[in-house]
Amino acid sequence: MLELRHVTKTFAKGTVNEHTALRDVSLTLQDDDFITILGSNGAGKSTLFGAIAGTFYVDEGEILLDGKHLEGLPEHKRARAVGTLFQDPMKGTAPDLTIEENLSLACNQTRRFPLAMAVQKKDLQFYREQLSAFQMGLEDRMKMKVGLLSGGQRQALTLLMATIAHPKLLLLDEHTAALDPATAEKVMAITVQIVREQKIPTMMITHNMGQALTTGNRTIMMDAGQIILDIAGDERKEMTVPKLMTLYSGARGKELDNDRMLLSQ
Amino acid sequence: MSLTMFLGGLQEGLFYALLAMGVFISFRILNTPDLTTEGSYTLGVAVSAVLTVAGHPVLGLLCAFLAGAAAGSVTGLLQTKVGIHPILAGILTMSGLYTINTAVMGGKPDVTLTKTTIFNKLYEVFNINLQAFNRDRQAFTMAKEITVLIVGAVLALLVLALLIWFFRTHIGLCIRATGNNEAMVRSSSINAGGMKVLGLAVANGCTALAGGVMTQSGGFATISNGAGVLVVGLASVIIGEAIVGRRGVTVGLISAILGSVLYQCLIRLATSLNIFPAYYLKLVSAVIVAIALALPMIRENLGRHHRKGGKSHA
Repeated sequence: MLELRHVTKTFAKGTVNEHTALRDVSLTLQDDDFITILGSNGAGKSTLFGAIAGTFYVDEGEILLDGKHLEGLPEHKRARAVGTLFQDPMKGTAPDLTIEENLSLACNQTRRFPLAMAVQKKDLQFYREQLSAFQMGLEDRMKMKVGLLSGGQRQALTLLMATIAHPKLLLLDEHTAALDPATAEKVMAITVQIVREQKIPTMMITHNMGQALTTGNRTIMMDAGQIILDIAGDERKEMTVPKLMTLYSGARGKELDNDRMLLSQ
Repeated sequence: MSLTMFLGGLQEGLFYALLAMGVFISFRILNTPDLTTEGSYTLGVAVSAVLTVAGHPVLGLLCAFLAGAAAGSVTGLLQTKVGIHPILAGILTMSGLYTINTAVMGGKPDVTLTKTTIFNKLYEVFNINLQAFNRDRQAFTMAKEITVLIVGAVLALLVLALLIWFFRTHIGLCIRATGNNEAMVRSSSINAGGMKVLGLAVANGCTALAGGVMTQSGGFATISNGAGVLVVGLASVIIGEAIVGRRGVTVGLISAILGSVLYQCLIRLATSLNIFPAYYLKLVSAVIVAIALALPMIRENLGRHHRKGGKSHA
């Protein structure tokens, strides 16, 4: 369970560029929650992820994952429990390392003695099984450098790397936005499957409003560093994209402006 | 090219191979130009010389490696803990090391290795002494030269094997990943800063070991021994890559050794043919490295001109 209590973050404090990206945000994520997050540009969606993953330290508030305080830990110490995927497929893998080496990095952070061989024969079968689930043929190219893979293949591999060590939370920051539609759909299907199978609490930022309402079990909307809408259950089932737009303008007194926002149903 | 010249190139090439592997680690694996090299090489020279004079030549090599590793860690900590620009961090360490190196040598600018070096020890083991070769001065010299060659080869291969192993271990892989995609490592559970420090420690340990063995071979240590060694290391790495190509870490380390030997032989050839006087060496090395590093850009520009030309003709 993830709990955010009154989290506030202001960038460039005391300068003309002072900008409060998160304003007293509180949010509780249950273990079976798959939350989709919507919001206009600069609403604080990615900042929310940064606060949880530890890209920066928050000014105020508490972040608890399964009762353990995260707010004081550096990024790499949180990463053991928090898997993160970004929009850029290049960000999550090391291009000059092979597929099996990348997987070994993700797998062995906690359990391997530092001077033990990184890639061991006994792991290969496991890697191969995991990769074959993607049906991308990656399992036959374990010794290939990751830089030679396509964006979709790299993102699928990143997804596997982020989830292979059983994180307690998965953060997806528009992780299919840079892929072509067919590949995006495939990676999305794999994502849903992994999240369901492993029962990982997940938060996903998306600019596709239709997808936001159909994926997962709960949708929140952010604006100006605050959560302005949090819907689940029947309320969410009856929600449509036009209704969502109306709700937004009603709550904020302005039009939703995300230059990449897709209004598909 | 005479045999002795070739032998000399081979010997020094194998000693400098340790330096080339160190430079390969910082320059190619960690992806940072590390100027500590010049200081840590001399630190290796100083530590090894002083301990040899004190009667511990083998310990001298070991401590040279450790001292170099410590110097590399300082640069790494300056980069990661206090956020100093990588090049400036290296310059600061190198500059500071000048004082340390002089202090290690007891405040003197040079030390003559009067006591037994590892080489003298091995001459004894192989029973190479003047009496046995009394009648044949040339055979005596040859036996000595070959001993030096064997020491260089054994040391280079030993360090090569250790480095190949190290970069295949889990921690070695973490270092490679840090140099390859730092953004990824930062958002993973690997401590990117720690990996950089460790990588620079290993790199400068190898560099200092090169200085340590070189000074025992030459029997003389001066504070200016390290001047220009970074370019020597870079040239070796680049020449090796030009021959073998840029592939993985294992191949890269081997090609650094080949490049180092080839570079030393080429330099001897060039100076013996009187193409240029010996003092031109540093300029020539710098130009070689600059051209090699500029090649990708030059190729790209040529390609663009070709495309442009093609269009205008069409």
